[in-house]
Order: sequence, then C-alpha cells, then structure tokens
Amino acid sequence: MLTVLLILIPLITGLVTFGLKGPSAKVFSLLSSFASLVVAVIAWQQFSAAPESLQFTQSWIPQLGSQFNVGLDGMGTMLCLLTAISFPLIFITVYNREYDRPGAFYGLMLLSQAGLIGVFTAYDALLFYVFWELALIPVYFLCSMWGGERAVPVTFKFFVYTFAGSLLMLVGIIYIYFQTPDHSFSWTAFTSLQISTQEQSWLFWLFFVAFAIKMPVFPFHTWQPDTYEQSPTPVTMVLSGIMVKMGLFGVIRWLLPVLPQGAYMWQEAAIVLSVTGIIYASCIAIMQSDFKRLIAYSSIAHIGLMSAAIFANNEQSMQGVQVQMFNHGINIIGLWIVVEVIQDRLRIKDMREMGGIATYAPKLAIVLVVISLANIALPLTNGFIGEFLMFSGLFQYNPWFAAVACVAIILAAVYMLNMLQKVIFGEANTLTATTADLKTGELLAAGAIIAVIFFLGVYPKPLLELVQSTTAIVNATAWMK
Amino acid sequence: MNALISTALFGIVLMFVGLFVKNKQHIKYYAIAGAIIAFIANWYDGQLAGGSSVMLYGMVEVSSFSVLFNAVAIGCTLLYFMLCGSAFEKVGNDVADYFALIFFILAGIMLSASFSNLLMLFLSIEIISIPQYILAGADKKNLKSNEASLKYFLMGSFTTGILLMGIALLYGASGTFNIREMGLGTGDLSPLALSGILLTGFALAFKVSAAPFHFWTPDVYDGSPTVFTAFMATIVKAAGFIAFIRLFHVSFSEGAIAGHWQLIIALITAATLLIGNFTAVFQQSVKRMLAYSSIAQAGFMLFAILAFNETAAQGIILYAIAYSVATIGIFAILLKLKDYTFEGYNGLARSQPLLALTNTIFLLSLAGIPLTAGFFAKYFLLSAVVQQGHMLWLVILGVLCAAVSAYYYFRVIMAMYFKPGEAETSVQVTGGFKGMLVIAAAIVIILGIFPGLVLQFL
Repeated sequence: MLTVLLILIPLITGLVTFGLKGPSAKVFSLLSSFASLVVAVIAWQQFSAAPESLQFTQSWIPQLGSQFNVGLDGMGTMLCLLTAISFPLIFITVYNREYDRPGAFYGLMLLSQAGLIGVFTAYDALLFYVFWELALIPVYFLCSMWGGERAVPVTFKFFVYTFAGSLLMLVGIIYIYFQTPDHSFSWTAFTSLQISTQEQSWLFWLFFVAFAIKMPVFPFHTWQPDTYEQSPTPVTMVLSGIMVKMGLFGVIRWLLPVLPQGAYMWQEAAIVLSVTGIIYASCIAIMQSDFKRLIAYSSIAHIGLMSAAIFANNEQSMQGVQVQMFNHGINIIGLWIVVEVIQDRLRIKDMREMGGIATYAPKLAIVLVVISLANIALPLTNGFIGEFLMFSGLFQYNPWFAAVACVAIILAAVYMLNMLQKVIFGEANTLTATTADLKTGELLAAGAIIAVIFFLGVYPKPLLELVQSTTAIVNATAWMK
Repeated sequence: MNALISTALFGIVLMFVGLFVKNKQHIKYYAIAGAIIAFIANWYDGQLAGGSSVMLYGMVEVSSFSVLFNAVAIGCTLLYFMLCGSAFEKVGNDVADYFALIFFILAGIMLSASFSNLLMLFLSIEIISIPQYILAGADKKNLKSNEASLKYFLMGSFTTGILLMGIALLYGASGTFNIREMGLGTGDLSPLALSGILLTGFALAFKVSAAPFHFWTPDVYDGSPTVFTAFMATIVKAAGFIAFIRLFHVSFSEGAIAGHWQLIIALITAATLLIGNFTAVFQQSVKRMLAYSSIAQAGFMLFAILAFNETAAQGIILYAIAYSVATIGIFAILLKLKDYTFEGYNGLARSQPLLALTNTIFLLSLAGIPLTAGFFAKYFLLSAVVQQGHMLWLVILGVLCAAVSAYYYFRVIMAMYFKPGEAETSVQVTGGFKGMLVIAAAIVIILGIFPGLVLQFL
C-alpha cells in the first residue's frame, strides 16, 4: 500500500493544485512533497524489514492480462527516495519566485512526480510504459509554458525524440508479451521467458533506443542541451536530477534481465557509444560560456559513464552505477540551485560576464565550490565512491575503455574549475558586485545537499546495501555469466 | 433489426418534422430523441439475439459485435447531435432534411455491421454514400461545397461500379452471394475469384479513403460544410472499416487465400500511413489537417484488416470510439472559431480555458498518448498485427508515423497554449456545450484507463 500511496499523493494533490490560486498553490505543493518524503522514508525502512509487503497487485485490464502491479526493490526504493528528496528541495529553492498561473505550474510539477514514481515502481510492462509517457506530458507543458523564448520548438523536439523512442519500446513490449505463455505483462513473466538469441538481438535495439534517448547517450543526445537551457530551472532540476535516471533505470530493471543475450551481443557497441559521448560532451563543455549549457554537457558526460558501466557486465560497476544515480541526482540539483540563484540575482547566463561573486556572496561561493568538487568526484564527496566503482568495473571489462573514460575525469576538472574561476573568482564587475547572498530557503536547500554530499562521501554503506538486492537480481540473470 | 428499422423510420419522421415544426432550433431535440430510441432498440436487439442470429432469409446476421458497433455508432451520433446540432442551421434552411439524411446514413451503418450477403453489403455502402453526396453539397451558394459534392459523387459512383464488378466476379467464382458460403477453398484461387477480391478490396479502400484511393478526401472534407465533415470523417468512416473487415475476415481469410491479398493491403496500409501523416504536417488549415489526419488514422484502422484475431475486433471497436469521439469534439470546437487556420487557435487557452483543455485531451487521444482512449485503440491494433506474427516492419512503420502525427496534433496545442493572441469565437459558447465537451473528454480518459468497460460487451 505504501507504494501506491507514493504515486497517489502527488497525483491527487497535483490535480487539486490546479484549482488553487496565488500563494496557496506553492504552500500546498510543498506540503504534499513533504508528505511524499515521509512516506518514502517509511517505505525505505519497511524495505529493509519486509520488502515483499511493498508489493501491490490489482487487476487492471483483464482482457489483456495487464495488472496494476507496483513494488519496490533496492534500486526502486533508492530512486523513490531521490525523487521524494528532490521535490521538497526544488520547491523550497523557488519558494520566493513568482510564477505565472502558479496553480498550473505546481500541479504539473506534482503530476510529473507521480509519473516518475510510477516508472520506478511499475512491475508490469504496460503500466511501466503508461507511466513512462505520463512523466513526459507534464514536463512538456512545463517547459513550453514557463521556459525561455525558444522553449516551444526546443521542448517539442525533446517530446518527439522521446515519444518516438518509447513507441519503439512499445513494439518490443508487445512482441515479448505474445511470447509469454499466459500472455502477461508482469516483470516475472518477462524475465523468466526464454527468447531466442536472434530475436533478442533486434529487440535489444527497440528498448535500448528508447532508454538511450532518455539518458541521453550519444548520438541521441541532441535534444538535451537545448532543453536544459530553455526550461525553467525547477523543471531542469527534475529533468536532469531524476528524469534522466529513467533511462538508466529502464536498462537495469527491464533490458538486462529480459534480454540478457541481446545485451551481451551489443555490450561493446553500447559502451563505445557511451564512451564516445563522454569524451565528446566533455570537450564541448570546456568550450561553453553559457552556464546552463555547461552543466547540461557535463551531465551528458556523467550519464555516459554510467551507461558504459552498466554494460561493463560486472558486479562492481553495477553497484557503482546505482549509487551514482542517486549521487548524480543530488549533485546536479545542487548545481542547478546555484544557477537558479545567480539567474535570479543577475539575470545573465554567460559566464564571461560574471566574476568575483565570492567577495559579495560568500555562502553562495562555498556552496558552488563544494558541489563542483563533488561533481568532479573528489574523495570524501559522494561522487567519489560511485565513480571509483564504475571505473574499476570498466577496467575489469576492458582497460582501454576505462583509460579513455578516465580522461573524462581530467576534462571534468578542467571545465568545472574553469567555471568556478570565471563565476566566483576574479574581478567583480558592476553587475556582480550587487549579488545578494543566499536567502533562508535557498540556504536550507543547499545546506541539505551539502550535508548529503559529505555524509555519503564518508559513509556510503547505507546506499550500497540498499542497492545490493537489485545487483543480485541482475546477477542472477544469464547476463553476468 | 429493431435498430435498423428505427433509424430508417426516424429518417422519414424527421423529414415530416420539418413540415410541422416551425422553430428550427427545436428540430435538434427530435433528432436527439430519435437517436436515443434507436440506441434502446439496438440494446433490445442485443438482448434478443443473445449470441448471434441470422435474419431476413440469411441476409442479415446480428451478433454481439454488430450490436456493440451499432451502439458505438448511435452513441457517437448522439454526441454529434448534442455538440454540433445547433450548427446545422447555419448551413441552410432545410435543417430537418439534414437530420433525416443523417438518420438514413445511420440505417446504412446498421447494415454495414451485420450484412451476411454481398447484396446487403452493396446496399449498405450505397445507403451510406448517397446521403453523403447531398450533405457535402448542402451549402448550395458555396462553390467549394458544390465542387465537393460533385467530386464525391463522380468518384463515388465510379467506385460503386467497381464494387459491383467485384461482387459479380465473386458470384461467378463461387455461385453465391452469401459471405459465409463462398467457399473459395483453401488452395489456389481462380483468376475470377482473385480479381473479384481485389476489385471489392479497392472499392472499399476508396470508401475508407486509403491511399492511393484517397485523393477525393481532402477536397471533399475541406469543401463540405464543416459540421457535416465532422460526421463523414468519423462515424461513417468507421462503418466503412467495419464492412471491409467483415467481408475480408469472414470470406477471404481462410488458408492460403489471405496470402493473395494480404501483401497488397499491407502496401496500401503503408502508403496510407505515410501519405496521410506526412501531408498533414504541411497543412495550414486545421480543417484540412483533420482531413489528412483522418487518412492517417485510416492507415491504423487498416491494421485490423491484416490481422484475423480477437484483438483486431477489440481494437477496431476501441478505435471507432476513440477516433470518433475525439474528432467530433475537435470539429465541434472548430465550429465555434472564426478562423480555421492554426493561427485561429492562438491564445485559446486564455480566452476559453475549458475549450482548450478538452481540445488538448482530444488531440492527445488522436496522437495515442497513454491514459487516453486513443492509446489503447492503437495498442490493440498494433498488437493484433504483432500477434499475427509477420509484418513487423509495418508495425514499426506505424509507430514511427504515430510519432510524426504528434507533430501536427501538437501544433494545435502549441497555438492554444504557447502562442500569444486572442482566439475569437464566432458563436456564443453555452454552458450546455461545455458540459457535453467535458462528458466527451471524460469518455476519452475513462476508456484510456479502463478499456475493458467497452470490451466486456464483445
């Protein structure tokens, strides 16, 4: 029941929020997001005690044998926690901003939360598909309506990309559905099915393209920098912090266990694409002068590493990817909080026009430095443990891939430190001299993120233990042997 | 049978209503009452027939499928009367006649779902077509309406000839008009039978505006009075599919016979999907875009002909509802606007938020987004073909075309929500109209969550 509650709270409160006017919308949605957080934490506790109690099954479409089947495994719990932590942080950060038609804005935000939780909990392929699309629609409207001046065409490109990808996945789902003996969409039926190697080989691409577009992996990434740049920052936080995890999640939950041989056949191709993306995105990030685009490209590089590590086919990298999914989410939301603050104060995105902010807004500067270092994966920050495990796993698979991917760490240091130098150090100009420091709400959100960064940097054990069960599930499939 | 009789009878009644009822606005209510009575009569048919029963000396066969489709057709017509009925007056003076013609079409539709004899098929197609020729030209002073009527009539009667030729050849090959007794065998076909199958197939493809027989569609749909286009492009089209499917599944699906025509229909499907979707992208007028969209949607419905299984039957019923309700809703809103181009929708979300919201739901349904009826409609038809086993290439082409279709449907959404402007309505939007729109949108969403609500009647 807790799992259903996790979906229902944002869904119902989201619909209610549409009817609210003025500041009551943001108060209400903040309360709703805290309620979700409480439930998520309870679910987390429940998961370690009695994981099977989180499963919920209800007949949905009897004609198809589709069930409303939701539940949580280690990775699902972790991502639900990430979602539940992120939304209050986002709402607190933008608490003082005024949005046009706040009822619709916050309502759509909560609906996207419901869609995301649905994706992370669905154990029925058709349900998974429905939530997969459902998470997209609110984000489409959010970006188009409250985004920058080019937002409408840019968001539409994003929409068509993901829509086309997910339709291909739908064909794959239908195909596998008819292979199952009792015509069922359940995860158990899908994973226990023996699909011939030849079929797996092309089915792999139907699924992989859908997930690769969402992550995004090179060469399916072209929607991403524009969308991140043009979206309103709270939506970018949802997109980059949580939504891109949908792609990685899909690979681990559905692709690997259902099509292990397909994954085995194409693992090299997937890793080559991912590693190419890492280097490509890192190089572009170095050249960027736009703050938002820099973070967008850095995100492509990080996601590329995670995607490569998934296909490296060993236990270490699998653990690393899952831990990193959480940490990347936290870190990138932290970065966007800083971007949001700077945009709010200075109304510029070009880093060449910034500089010297450290003198006038020391707290902001400290936050940005800490988060940037976590993003480069310095030891004692949360980014370190995940990246270490991933590189170590990748190295075991093939040292050359690991070596090429490791260049990305150096490149990451180049563009992140370069960014720090341009934004907060150096001479202040007349504009940046007016920068006001973090306000209470922003300080609260940033403080929470920094606390998580250091806590998980020093003591990642809870996270590693949480995802252990999912690694074991993937391990149990033929894929790793 | 009762449904057939009551619709035909109400056609005649409404012609006389025109003589006696002076206030034209009231005629609509007679029509609505007629549709409700037909609906009840149809429900009664279902009770009587039980599983399936043959009537009229083997000419007509009432089954749960035909009863369900009739219910869908009458239900959608009812919705159509309620949403668009008041727009009839603007077309011309003979309001009662227009309603009467629509009831006659409905009678033809009842036949198209239950014929078991080729003569009945021919009759049903003609009963559906002839009133449409008149409706297309109802706006007598408008040159485009005249052109539409003439074009439709010429092309339509030409195809009727082809259909008759096909039926004659089939009779020659099998010696019977009864679709269940044709017995074309399971092996090789005689040239006579094969040309019969192909000629009837082409004629029916024309009626459902499948490419390359679609050229009449944009001109006729665009030229006809908008309120009648809404009817022609939805319920009538679905009925054409029902006839098509019924004939091909019952008579031509056994053994190796299917192999003779399946590839041709598959190619027609592919061409329809491509031409419909890619041409719709370039349209400037929403009305014309909807005409091409109806071709594109026909491409999806053709999937049902390629797959002979339960899923296809379920799919075509869902598709008929999802597509008809959504398209009628969109046309009803279009009728209220001054400007039929995409720009005409600019800023509708601000001036008429409810119209914009319901229109968005209809458009999302046409694009096949989950949690709308359109998703499950597409889902069932796609999976029917996948279940059939071969032609996966067609399925993949289909989903890629569905992604393309998002482009032109979302153009309307973008205009309504993201473009500045003041979309002007030419007519007063009443509370009752809004209420009906909300009901239609609710149907779309409820069927998008629980498609089983309708399918349980099959």
